[in-house]
Amino acid sequence: MTEMSRQTGTYEVKRGLAEMFKGGVIMDVVNAEQARIAEDAGATAVMALERVPADIRVDGGVARMSDPAMIEGIQAAVTIPVMAKARIGHFVEAQILQALEVDYIDESEVLTPADEAHHIDKFAFTTPFVCGATNLGEALRRIAEGACMIRSKGEAGTGDVVQAVRHLRSILGDIGRITKADSAELFDWAKRLQAPLPLVQEIAETGELPVPMFCAGGLATPADAALAMQLGAQAVFVGSGIFKSEDPAPRARAIVEATTNFNDPDVLVRVSRGLGAPMTGIGMDELDVHYEDRGW
Amino acid sequence: MTERVGVLALQGAFARHVEACEAIGVAAHEVRTAEHLVGVTRLIIPGGESTTMSMMLDRNGLREPVAAVLADGMPVLGTCAGMILLASQVEGGRSDQASFEAIDLTVKRNGYGRQNQSFTMSLSTAIFDEPLHAVFIRAPRVTRVGNGVEVLAELDGDPVFCRSANVVVAAFHPELSADRRLHRYFCELS
Repeated sequence: MTEMSRQTGTYEVKRGLAEMFKGGVIMDVVNAEQARIAEDAGATAVMALERVPADIRVDGGVARMSDPAMIEGIQAAVTIPVMAKARIGHFVEAQILQALEVDYIDESEVLTPADEAHHIDKFAFTTPFVCGATNLGEALRRIAEGACMIRSKGEAGTGDVVQAVRHLRSILGDIGRITKADSAELFDWAKRLQAPLPLVQEIAETGELPVPMFCAGGLATPADAALAMQLGAQAVFVGSGIFKSEDPAPRARAIVEATTNFNDPDVLVRVSRGLGAPMTGIGMDELDVHYEDRGW
Repeated sequence: MTERVGVLALQGAFARHVEACEAIGVAAHEVRTAEHLVGVTRLIIPGGESTTMSMMLDRNGLREPVAAVLADGMPVLGTCAGMILLASQVEGGRSDQASFEAIDLTVKRNGYGRQNQSFTMSLSTAIFDEPLHAVFIRAPRVTRVGNGVEVLAELDGDPVFCRSANVVVAAFHPELSADRRLHRYFCELS
């Protein structure tokens, strides 16, 4: 008996992989050695990029998609999923990443935007996309373009968690308010959020985003990861916070444990102890460029 | 005894399994520590990253308590990564990755390829009248079937849904579809 044909690249399989990352930590890595440290620590996936955000800030210039050779080196080094970043609106970088068979594409504000008005049409790809958002309207616009996972933007490369908290509270707060709105008020919500009405109506019904909601940007400690999870994030991305710290391997492992056990203060004490210095960090008021402002 | 499903919640799609159980009227809760196993009559090991879950089983002190309830014959359902954690042999895993060896299968991690090859399909089974809507995500591939294993569904000649006594495994994700037949089958297993 022949089985009915298989369908690849469907919304269901793209969103389904995002479900598999829940409760875990996705770590930024710049080479195969860091990727192995991340996998050894228990990362659910690695994000391959040329420079971590903290270095992009220091170096300045244009930040682009990574060299395919570097991404392939990381794919060969680990067994867990490998993600990579494309510039906002740079659909050709995304085509290259899809041809490389990365498992998720991050259309990321950490790289220099390639288009000042348009994001990538993410429905045109079989590879799923994650996008950043600072508020619910931005999240819903990205979902309308085909994003299958949303992450708070935070302010990458700073080690300052304040923006991630602001974005999570804004997105989840508005979701809570929408669930209390009546059907007439949903039209106004859609107008104010500049978001498609059907997605707003869906949130009113389900009380959650249509896709998984993760936290990124500025997380540096196990406590930061647990804070994001307690606020309602379903998983965390950690970028510069691991490999810009004094001793990356134990910190990476501690952040994994803190993310699973985010509601258990005894575990958080144990894993936070003696980790060495976290990344130095840059305070929000010291920044020249705010990555969170990128994205339309 | 009232049925209560414990869903291993170290990482992965655990919340969707809890929802699936509750949708068929079976109580379920998340299991992160040995204390959470108290009162549990059935166990689900969800999809996610098997490497992460294997490490967290050790770090959260759950390896031996889970092995003990499995040795006692508690019914267990493993989906995707959960299937890997229950299989007797794993190919393409990490050398430090340990499984419970609860069902005599050899499985190959990511045996159907990377995410671009992830797929959905309508799957005929030996136990349900109508095909299941099956979602395969970076799924493990069964490369050897051992003693006492009943194959409940296969794809291109490879088993994707198996049972051995009280151990049920699926390479796909029943928790991601609205079809609750597989969860009902598992919860009625005796």
